[in-house]
Amino acid sequence: MINLKVNGKNYEVDVDPSTPILWVVRDALGLTGTKFGCGAAQCGACLVHLDGDGIRSCISPVSRAIGKEIVTIEGLDEKLSKPLQEAWIQEDVPQCGYCQSGQIMAAAILLRDKPNPTDGDIDDAMTGNICRCGTYQRIRKAIHVAAKLKK
Amino acid sequence: MSKINSSRQNRIKFGIYLILSVGFISAMAMSLKNKTAITLSSTDDKISLTKADKENSDPSETKKRLEAESKEAFIAAYKVFMHPRCLNCHPAGDVPLQGDDSRLHPQGVKRGMDGKGLFALKCKNCHQDTHIAGEHMPPGHSGWHLPPANLKMVFEGKSPKQLAMHFKDPKFTGFKSLDKMLEHVEKEPLVLNSWTYGTPPPLSHEEFVARVKEWMEKGAAIPDK
Amino acid sequence: MSDTNHLSRRKFVQAGAAVGGGLLLSFYLPAFGKGIKNAGVPAPANFIPNAFIRIGTDDIITVIVNHSEMGQGAYTSLPMLVADELEADWAKIRFESAPVDPAYNHPAFGMQATGGSTSTLVEWDRLRKAGATGKYMLIAAAAQTWNVDPSSCKAEKGFVIHPASGKKLSFGQLVEKAATITAPENVTLKEAKDYQFIGKPIKRLDTPEKINGTGIFGLDIKVPGLLTAVIARPPVFGGRVKSFKAEKAKAIPGVKHVIQMDRGIAVVASGFWPAKLGRDALEIVWDDGDLGTLDSKEQTTQYAELAKQAGATAKKEGDVDSVKGKAVKKIDVVYDMPYLAHSPMEPLNCVADVKADSCEIWVGTQFQTADLMAASRITGLNPKQIKLHTTLLGGGFGRRAVLDSHFVVEAVQVSKAILTPVKVVWTREDDIRGGYYRPRAYHKISAGLDAAGKPLFWQHNIVCQSFAVGTPLEGMMVQNGVDGTAVEGASNLPYHIPNMNVAWNMAPNGVPTLWWRSVGSSHTAFAVEGFIDELAKAAGKDPYQYRRMLLDKHPRYLKVLDKVAEKSGWKNPVAPGRGRGIAIHESFGSIVAHVAEVSIAKNKTLKVHKVVCAIDCGQIVNPDIIKAQMEGCVVFGLTAALYGEITFEKGRVKQGNFNNYKMVRMNEMPVVEVHIIESTENMGGVGEPGVPPVAPAVMNALFTLTGKRVRNLPLRPDDLKKKV
Repeated sequence: MINLKVNGKNYEVDVDPSTPILWVVRDALGLTGTKFGCGAAQCGACLVHLDGDGIRSCISPVSRAIGKEIVTIEGLDEKLSKPLQEAWIQEDVPQCGYCQSGQIMAAAILLRDKPNPTDGDIDDAMTGNICRCGTYQRIRKAIHVAAKLKK
Repeated sequence: MSKINSSRQNRIKFGIYLILSVGFISAMAMSLKNKTAITLSSTDDKISLTKADKENSDPSETKKRLEAESKEAFIAAYKVFMHPRCLNCHPAGDVPLQGDDSRLHPQGVKRGMDGKGLFALKCKNCHQDTHIAGEHMPPGHSGWHLPPANLKMVFEGKSPKQLAMHFKDPKFTGFKSLDKMLEHVEKEPLVLNSWTYGTPPPLSHEEFVARVKEWMEKGAAIPDK
Repeated sequence: MSDTNHLSRRKFVQAGAAVGGGLLLSFYLPAFGKGIKNAGVPAPANFIPNAFIRIGTDDIITVIVNHSEMGQGAYTSLPMLVADELEADWAKIRFESAPVDPAYNHPAFGMQATGGSTSTLVEWDRLRKAGATGKYMLIAAAAQTWNVDPSSCKAEKGFVIHPASGKKLSFGQLVEKAATITAPENVTLKEAKDYQFIGKPIKRLDTPEKINGTGIFGLDIKVPGLLTAVIARPPVFGGRVKSFKAEKAKAIPGVKHVIQMDRGIAVVASGFWPAKLGRDALEIVWDDGDLGTLDSKEQTTQYAELAKQAGATAKKEGDVDSVKGKAVKKIDVVYDMPYLAHSPMEPLNCVADVKADSCEIWVGTQFQTADLMAASRITGLNPKQIKLHTTLLGGGFGRRAVLDSHFVVEAVQVSKAILTPVKVVWTREDDIRGGYYRPRAYHKISAGLDAAGKPLFWQHNIVCQSFAVGTPLEGMMVQNGVDGTAVEGASNLPYHIPNMNVAWNMAPNGVPTLWWRSVGSSHTAFAVEGFIDELAKAAGKDPYQYRRMLLDKHPRYLKVLDKVAEKSGWKNPVAPGRGRGIAIHESFGSIVAHVAEVSIAKNKTLKVHKVVCAIDCGQIVNPDIIKAQMEGCVVFGLTAALYGEITFEKGRVKQGNFNNYKMVRMNEMPVVEVHIIESTENMGGVGEPGVPPVAPAVMNALFTLTGKRVRNLPLRPDDLKKKV
């Protein structure tokens, strides 16, 4: 049994400690907002926050989260999720939408660490997240909008 | 002191005056050129001259031989410095390299001021305390990082000559002395970690350290190219 | 423009089904989601004027959408068509994915399907009529209530109003009575000037659920007792299992079953992770079959040989042979483009729950009818015993419209074997190595110019596989021995070329191939638009002006071409170090032109700074969705141009994940500027037509910097070096 704290709640899960966090939150906890895209830290669809760090849950054994707190898209702090979601709606960002949980989780870290990001900062923060539909231009714009909304 | 094989041991035995006469001269030349002061201390061991050196009536011959051997040692160590396991974290740009073909991290990971990455792309986000098993999975070690922005220690694209010159420049290495650099090569956990995953560098870590040490002890000569 | 349309009585005969406690009789009642679950259970009062609309007493209008949402905005633009004619309040509009039923068949394909950039254009009339029918019945209900003439009432923003008396009832208040009104046979559609939503940048309805983790994709389906299967498929296409050992797989905690299928072995476990570990632990000896020696380099030789043969005629204009001698200049080149994987962000998956007398399927699919029929064949169940739910699709690009329904078939087979609900999940490697690629395409083209630099002849031989030959689509897609999808974009070249042959040589099948966003145009456009640039160069003409000259009989093309030239500042010199390239292509009834501005970056990569796009897609439904599609098409086309290739060595696909099947990312994103032509042309598609002109525009731009033509995709490092 592994004790986990996810989105402020405590869970006890019966999984092998080497199971990636992605599959624990999705299969064991039913939190399906975090997506499986590559399984190899390439695409960022599985991005969650572990004690505030933007980790790729597909390559992170759940043992890594013991004694720490996982935050998924479902539990993102409103201070970050609200401006981001509003901006995402305003710019009509998603197409298929599959990568957007990861995009928002990555953008949340950017806005937290750099409230007024430049385009260069956005490149540095968001290049880890693939969007096959190609919504990058709108993500960029939405991050700038969210930065304004957050104030 | 690390283990060195006996034949090599013979060749690297030399006296303190040689360090002063050969090593220091070249170090001085370097420091003059770079307008920086290099402190080059001797090794703890007092190594005597070889029989051949003693018999050699012409000190310049000995100097030449040591210089050649120093260069040779550097060239051997250079292959390790430029091996993907070492080179990948000493890139020319700010994006770390990966794999045996030393390709850029496609995720666009950037160095950041502290060398630890930026935003959601911190090195440790993927490079965890241990290696992750599986093809194309990130190797790990606690404190995984690149050299920081103020001391990038770029290996990529450097010739042996350029790299050797850089190593003798504290502005490049951040090490006040070559000893400190040797210590990094010998003891830095991230350096040691490079021998624990993927295609290993062409020399064992011991051999590598020995070659670096030999290069330094024989005067830290600068290769010709 | 207003017209009176005849509504099919048969289609809407159930329109006035009794509600408010009565039975809901309609055969096409939605069976999924928030809606009505069961025809026998009294549902909240609803008004269901037809298969596409459900209005509740709470004023909520649910549009049942029969096209899959895979990013192109079907769940928004199709409700817009209904809402406009219904005179709905947009805030009250919801969407729901349609169940599988003939009522929801694609009007052109005759089955329920999404593809060919057709969703909005084929529903343009039907959904507007559906909305108008609903409005007619609501107005009639209000008129009856007030005992006034219906013509004295009007609908507006979710209300029926009687202006003379000032009376007003909301659609929700009229639900019960409206359900008793007989559906009209004819309805009058609005004039364009009266559109409330059509033509406006309405925000997408599916955004909120896609940004908070609540949107349900196929991979997110939960069913009680659900197990997960990961399947070992042959490493070589056409291969089979010779023998295998499952002990190590079975020893992994969580692994429940190992099932041999016709083409592979499924490991079924309590979740994805044990299933994947189990799959990887299988010890399988494969029989590679005929393709065990397939090698991309050897294939080049094979295709080059095929290209020398006459092939089947796709187009013949004038007499190429008789004028060949008269050409002042001749150019003879080969364009070669690789296999490409669709690689949608959501790897393929399907949930199936097969029971003795039923089968339920949840899947992000573009091919509902085919998938359901496949499930029927495998289970032996009557199609009526099978329910298929369409989830959100995490990208499709054609990959989720497969004639053999293989990713659904597998799930049904595994579930049938253990009579347990099963989710089959593909890993990224399974997906990239799983075939159904854009066919490799080899184009051998030669042309001759006359003294004025105009093309005198154009001889074009295309070699590629067909994914239509040997399938039920053959009759429709293959004509006179030519698969239309292999030559489209070349055989209908608009440029004025007096003598032209386009021929097709079918490459041997084996590697599974499929339509890939923009289908044949994904390769033909690169060949023809690159080649036209070559001819312009040979003629000493500006590439834009040269195209203009050869398109003089095509005013619609000229409009698009002139627009993109104007907006990109074509007549002004490009900034130092940068190159500019142009390309134009028609596909799916829309014409798109791009101008790309590029430079060679210090790190020896190609930097695409900007792509200016002009599109004429006829009637505009949602301009913002059109823009989004053009932006996305640019990224999709650029990814293929810069990185995309699937290659074979010893029959095995060399690429496996995004590390070696690379995608364009944020730091490579060019600024994309989209200009939509106000147009009265017939409606075209927007999901695909932006892709074809991307690669040629970019490579034509690169040519101006290097003096070298890139004729093989993807781009190689050497392509960036200047011609010596």
